[in-house]
Amino acid sequence: MPSLSARIAWETAAAVRAPPVPALFHTGEALKLSVQSLTKVFLHSHRESTPALRNISFDVKAGEFICLLGPSGCGKSTLLHLIAGLEKADSGRILVDNKEITGSGRDRVVIFQEPALFPWLNVMDNVSFGLDCAGVPKKDQSKKILEYLRLVGLSSFRKAYTHELSGGMKQRVALARALALEPDILLMDEPFAALDAQTRDMLHTEMQEIWQKTGTTILFVTHNVREAFVLGDRVLLLSARPGRLKKEFRCELPRPRHIEDFALVEAVREVLSDLREEVLAANKKDLDHEELAD
Amino acid sequence: MKNWLTRIGFFGLLIILWEVVARLEIWPGYIFPSFTSVLASMWYGFADGSYPLAILISLRRLAVGYGISLLLGITLGLFVGRIPIVQKTVGSVILGLQALPSVCWLPLALLWFGLSEKAIIFVVIMGAVLSISLSTADGIRNTPPLFLQAAKTMGAAGFQLYSRVILPAALPSIVSGMKLGWSFAWRSLMAGELLYYGGMASLGHLLTMGRELNDMAQVISVMLMIVLIGLLVDFLVFAPVEVRIRERWGLHTSR
Repeated sequence: MPSLSARIAWETAAAVRAPPVPALFHTGEALKLSVQSLTKVFLHSHRESTPALRNISFDVKAGEFICLLGPSGCGKSTLLHLIAGLEKADSGRILVDNKEITGSGRDRVVIFQEPALFPWLNVMDNVSFGLDCAGVPKKDQSKKILEYLRLVGLSSFRKAYTHELSGGMKQRVALARALALEPDILLMDEPFAALDAQTRDMLHTEMQEIWQKTGTTILFVTHNVREAFVLGDRVLLLSARPGRLKKEFRCELPRPRHIEDFALVEAVREVLSDLREEVLAANKKDLDHEELAD
Repeated sequence: MKNWLTRIGFFGLLIILWEVVARLEIWPGYIFPSFTSVLASMWYGFADGSYPLAILISLRRLAVGYGISLLLGITLGLFVGRIPIVQKTVGSVILGLQALPSVCWLPLALLWFGLSEKAIIFVVIMGAVLSISLSTADGIRNTPPLFLQAAKTMGAAGFQLYSRVILPAALPSIVSGMKLGWSFAWRSLMAGELLYYGGMASLGHLLTMGRELNDMAQVISVMLMIVLIGLLVDFLVFAPVEVRIRERWGLHTSR
């Protein structure tokens, strides 16, 4: 994997480059998730196929906050769905706590770009959905539900229906719904992309607080470079289609970080040029493809 | 409010016009009865108990037939909506049979079940079950994949997916199928009752009797009742449910 060789770690705002971090071995800390040589190809009709992911490998320690960053259509959502068990890889393995996953499960809950709340249930019942499926008795649920609704600041809306909530509130409910299951890994698929900038900023801060309180391992997919560096301990940069792991960045700026922090903006500037190359490459590939088709 | 005033005004005018034309006696009463004579006929019908009894008989048939249709139609729709091979086979049969007016099943039903209550209930079922199952299948096929993914990632599987996600998600479509099914059932029942007496003075039978006695006032008063019952159920049962569901599901509310 030549793409994994380039690794940069930030220590300060001035983006001081540290020597490369050894790749796959983290001594002393529990390995939560291990993605090994994952490849996924999408088959279309008339024998055409799009390679979505090529030979992706990375490890995640327990309690880490990882951001998967890449241009649109690079297969980062696909990667998340594979880890969630919602789709099957063509080759490669995904290990959680050293056990290979076989399908979806409540140890790996996904938060989607759309809140995906069930409109036939009120806020409280939405949050209890997963607990119901797990067979947790109703009387044991209410404390936990209230706890997580309070965590996302919506305990007074527990009787509301989804059509009465704003976009940001809906996504908060989705967050509470996922957290109530106390998953080992929280998989977030561009969850704030559809929200307005102010709401998103607020949720960035809340997300960091929640992560620090719960200690959940989080994988957060985004195409927004700044968002990735506001949230992540590590940022994995995926290349344009087919997605390969291109670079890894370590972000050690003090928390809570804010999207307007000077240090962050400085640090991000450099990554942006990397990403721009990828976007250009992706566009060029598409254009070549079209010319060939003509 | 203004809409209602306009409507009431319109119907008021229509009734006055009707009464005036009838009073002019251009046509005899058995061809064109006056509004007041129709009202009188209705009054007598209720006074001697024949109308309430007829309504009861018809509604009972409807309840049985419609109830069975709901059970059958939703179950059938579930299979058609979820299993592609069933959709291609059974689904196309259902689609094809919908072209057949349900009263055409009556001769078949009479031969199968004889001159019995079962025959007419069969016709009601054939009227309602197809549209209910089609709408159900439609709603189930259109379950947003996102809901399924969200449910799966929260650990829902197998039967839970059906009972907790697929059926609730299809509810708006199922309810509009139920509404459509109700109006089809009502029409089928009336058509069936017109052709088949079955020893019970049902609403349809009252219509036939009115014709046989040359009693146009009774014919029209029964027709009015059939319309009113149809509208009433729609207004009191389906409309509120539909509005509530559409609102909660965040669909566009049109009134």
